[in-house]
Amino acid sequence: MAKRIEAVGVTAYYGAFKAIDGISMVIEPKSVTALIGPSGCGKSTFLRSINRMHEVLPGARVEGKLTIDSQDIYARDVDVTAVRRTIGMVFQRPNPFPTMSIYDNVVAGLRLGGVRRKSLLDDACEKALRAANLWNEVHTRLNRPGAGLSGGQQQRLCIARAIAVEPQVVLMDEPCSALDPISTLAIEDLISELKNQYTIIIVTHNMQQAARVSDRTAFFSIDKTGDPGRLIEYAETAKIFTNPSVKKTEDYITGRFG
Amino acid sequence: MSQPSFPGSAEAASAASADSPNDLTVQDDTRAVDIPRHRSGGRGPVAPMGGGGALPPKRRFGAESVFRWFTTGAGTIVLVIIVAIAIFLIVKAVPAIKADKANFLTHFEWFPNDPTDPKFGIASLAFGTVFSSAIALVLAVPVALGIALCLSHYAHKRLANGLGFLIDLLAAVPSIVFGLWGRDYLVDPVRQLSGWLHKYFGWIPLFGSDGPYGKSILLGSLVLAIMVLPIVTSLSREVFRQTPGMNEEAALALGATKWEMIRMAVIPYGRPGLIASVMLGLGRALGETIALALTLGGGWAVGSDIIHDGGNSIAANIANGFGEANDIGRGALIASGLVLFAITLIVNMIARAIVYRRREFIGSAV
Repeated sequence: MAKRIEAVGVTAYYGAFKAIDGISMVIEPKSVTALIGPSGCGKSTFLRSINRMHEVLPGARVEGKLTIDSQDIYARDVDVTAVRRTIGMVFQRPNPFPTMSIYDNVVAGLRLGGVRRKSLLDDACEKALRAANLWNEVHTRLNRPGAGLSGGQQQRLCIARAIAVEPQVVLMDEPCSALDPISTLAIEDLISELKNQYTIIIVTHNMQQAARVSDRTAFFSIDKTGDPGRLIEYAETAKIFTNPSVKKTEDYITGRFG
Repeated sequence: MSQPSFPGSAEAASAASADSPNDLTVQDDTRAVDIPRHRSGGRGPVAPMGGGGALPPKRRFGAESVFRWFTTGAGTIVLVIIVAIAIFLIVKAVPAIKADKANFLTHFEWFPNDPTDPKFGIASLAFGTVFSSAIALVLAVPVALGIALCLSHYAHKRLANGLGFLIDLLAAVPSIVFGLWGRDYLVDPVRQLSGWLHKYFGWIPLFGSDGPYGKSILLGSLVLAIMVLPIVTSLSREVFRQTPGMNEEAALALGATKWEMIRMAVIPYGRPGLIASVMLGLGRALGETIALALTLGGGWAVGSDIIHDGGNSIAANIANGFGEANDIGRGALIASGLVLFAITLIVNMIARAIVYRRREFIGSAV
């Protein structure tokens, strides 16, 4: 239930603006990979090109090759909705569907996939909420609006929604940046549990978080504003934070830059 | 010496008087206390907005209180106008209803001008009003929502802006123009369409009549539908555009197609706004006067048929009958206006009830 992602020379544009240039990296299954770097360095853009969410914006396109278990996700005959079902996503700000109940939010993806039977939906809902460590808090009020939960609960609801369809990969775009430290801790604990089952890629501005949760870390950077973001260094998290091989990485993680 | 002296400040004061002419310094200080400096414009010394010196007293007749009275007055006027209209309608209507020899609510025909035997009832007119408006909405709303979604989520931005402008232009066409156009040009196509509908769908009660066709409820409703279209379209387009991008992305990231995304995120989010836009369209259709006066065939028949010549509405009946009405006739027409007022009120209350029922989910969305 986890797949290997391989990027070869991934370059992404917003219209004429080149946001990332020639990113190549291999992401192993059942691991947590953190993408760090200064603002505007293209980590989110790269993350969004992994499940083809980048192209949702008008004028945005991706070049290069991205494969998941050696299947090219940008191939002409690939159904983009199938890619996104395989590669789930959690966003920076919690975004449960405001008009849906907690239950409906969790099973939204399954319903999209055509699951109608109540018993299947009930089971999947409970399983996903338990996996997201939210079941105990909400199981008595599943028909209440999802947007009525606290910020941290909403974000865990979004994680439950993403994993309810049992994807292969879960992308997280700064999932804790809108949360308080306690909710952040809850999400980080959740991430380390989820990696037993899923391949997780997380973008974060918080380097302690990257150091705490990830197995491998990729450092992105730009030379100056307007330049495309590039992958500077990609290695075991311990190595990046204790003994980086590139001067730029060291400057960044020690706070001398960016 | 008029300078205020504080215990312990004597040294500082004497130091100041040694440096500069003492009186001038005192003058400046006094002025700073009397005039709020940020209001003194270019004259006088400029002090920081944050103050310094004593706090100026509250102004009694400043722009603030003038504006407050103005807005309160404007708000009150609305109430006064509504009450005045209601009183006027009731005062004029009551004598006519008293003179009515038939039951005003259930009688079908409308002959209030008979000097000896005025008989009139609202039933047929009220039915025609609601029926033609309902059919107009059935025709207009799906098309309007389709256009709105196309403009907000499918069309290229430049094309959407151009089309949106055209739609708004359609709303600006006076209703008399729609009425004349419907009466002179649309009537023939509608006549042919009616024959075709009867031939193939005659088993549906709506198309049961075998003629004559033409100036029917169908024609009136078609014209109404075209008139309602721009209102519903431009409002629901705005509503659709308000959908938070992050909710749309959430749906797409779950593997939704564009249409599924619209069903999951856009339409549910916009539902209260959609209901409001449909209700505004219904309001326009219910109150529409001249276009229906020109396109409906008239008469007092009540039935499910929409293609047979005939049909009438409260507003059209007022427009057609007011000129030659006597005192009782006018009172009767005003009474019918009161009924129209009540119908629109009920429609609006139903709409609000629908919106209110989902408030918990909608409220947390905003």
